[in-house]
Amino acid sequence: MGAVLEVQGLEAFYGQTQALFGVDFTLERGSITTILGANGAGKTTALRAISALIRTRGRVTLDGRRLDRRSPEAITRLGVAHVPDGRSTFLRLSVADNLRLGAYTRRDRAAVRTDLERIYSYFPVLRERRQQQAGTLSGGEQQMLAIARALMLRPRLMLLDEPSFGLAPLLVQDIFAILRRINRDDGVSILLVEQNARLALDLASDAYLFETGRVVLSGPAAGLRADETVRRVYLGY
Amino acid sequence: MDLFLQQFLSGVAIGGIYALVALAVVMIYQASDHFNFAQGEMAMFSTYVAWSLIAAGLPYWQAFLATILISFAGAVALERIVIRPVEHAPVLNQVIVFIGLLVIFNALAGWLFDYTIKPFPSPFPEQPLFGNPYIGAHELGVIGVTLALLALVFAFLRLTPIGLAMRAAAQNPDSARLVGIRVGWMLALGWGLAAAIGAMAGIMLAPIVFLEPNMMIGTLLYGFAGALLGGIDSPAGAVVGGFLVGVLENLVGAYVPFVGTDLKLTVALALIMLVLLLRPNGLFGRRIVRRV
Repeated sequence: MGAVLEVQGLEAFYGQTQALFGVDFTLERGSITTILGANGAGKTTALRAISALIRTRGRVTLDGRRLDRRSPEAITRLGVAHVPDGRSTFLRLSVADNLRLGAYTRRDRAAVRTDLERIYSYFPVLRERRQQQAGTLSGGEQQMLAIARALMLRPRLMLLDEPSFGLAPLLVQDIFAILRRINRDDGVSILLVEQNARLALDLASDAYLFETGRVVLSGPAAGLRADETVRRVYLGY
Repeated sequence: MDLFLQQFLSGVAIGGIYALVALAVVMIYQASDHFNFAQGEMAMFSTYVAWSLIAAGLPYWQAFLATILISFAGAVALERIVIRPVEHAPVLNQVIVFIGLLVIFNALAGWLFDYTIKPFPSPFPEQPLFGNPYIGAHELGVIGVTLALLALVFAFLRLTPIGLAMRAAAQNPDSARLVGIRVGWMLALGWGLAAAIGAMAGIMLAPIVFLEPNMMIGTLLYGFAGALLGGIDSPAGAVVGGFLVGVLENLVGAYVPFVGTDLKLTVALALIMLVLLLRPNGLFGRRIVRRV
């Protein structure tokens, strides 16, 4: 197995403000790992730091290759698909064009076509709406589109930022079922940032708990679920 | 009726040139949210390049193509070297850079080629085509060249992967980076295309107004008016706006007695004011449709 992603001493900055203070974590190949924490704990920042969307210090490696000091587009080309939070789709382009852009860096056209069919089978509603502007989709459909677009890269690592945010519970279940399937069938490693700790801990095998830009707790998801503090503060029972 | 048709058609011809300038302006505006005030002067400078190549003995169409390539490459370099360092600077700094470019290109043209007015050849015959009394051959040629170019640009933007990537980069730069698009180069490409389109506008305009360093100033204003009228974030709208401004300017000049040729430019400025007051999105501007 081994680690697909290793992060050592990661610091991140928004202008002069430091948001991560020497974070370490690893993600086993083929696993789903989740980062939990309250608002402002630095979860989103960690993903943005891995994708080099913000200024960082420290060491990030993907299969032994350094990611820090590369540009976001170069990191994407190495097979890291980042699904940012909120509306990250191209609102004025069609659903089909959004998906096509997901495979922008790929040259294996025949495989892209079969992947597109496979992804439409995961998300049938996207096939129905493929000619529609992404901006006219509902929130849940846009989230599906964002995930589907990331899959078009055929990533080895997916960074998912709050895929459940603002969605109806049933839809969230659907999306998490699809994530599980992508992980199991396609062997995509997933780093999942979530506010909904219960869902995330059910899906993930490993978990990290962030507080104010630091890792305060880590281990197997089952262990965190049993932890007294996590249970009270983040699971709420 | 004859006068009307004449005025209308020559409005369409000149409107085609405005449409090109408007399209050039919109290409950069879409990608960076800035008006390139130097667009006209860059086009004027390109026209001087064409003039020099023709004077050096190159056949017209070869000079035409060479100028477009030189303009494209020059603008890509300009974006990488001059614009890129101020990409994240405050708006005012960027505006000053654009104005600086405007002044530099204007002065450079005056210094290299002096300020005397030069005739510029037209590739089209002097006699009206098909013996029609309504429109000169050059004007008809301008319309043809404009339409061909517009078709090419839109085919590029709509049908090619690079065109799609350019549109994506303009809409959402962060997401574009995350799918692997080199957004910086897309912006440079936009500059290159805008300059190439502008060069064509300059070359088509020069036989009508003659070649001199200030030849594009009025045209740039008409181009702005067209872009605003059509909708500053819509390339197709900008093109339609450019044609409308050309026709409107000609008809108002011909039929409204006190306007004549002297106040034609005022028409453009009044139009800009009206659009900004009444319909800031322009005719085809987007109010984004979204569901929450």
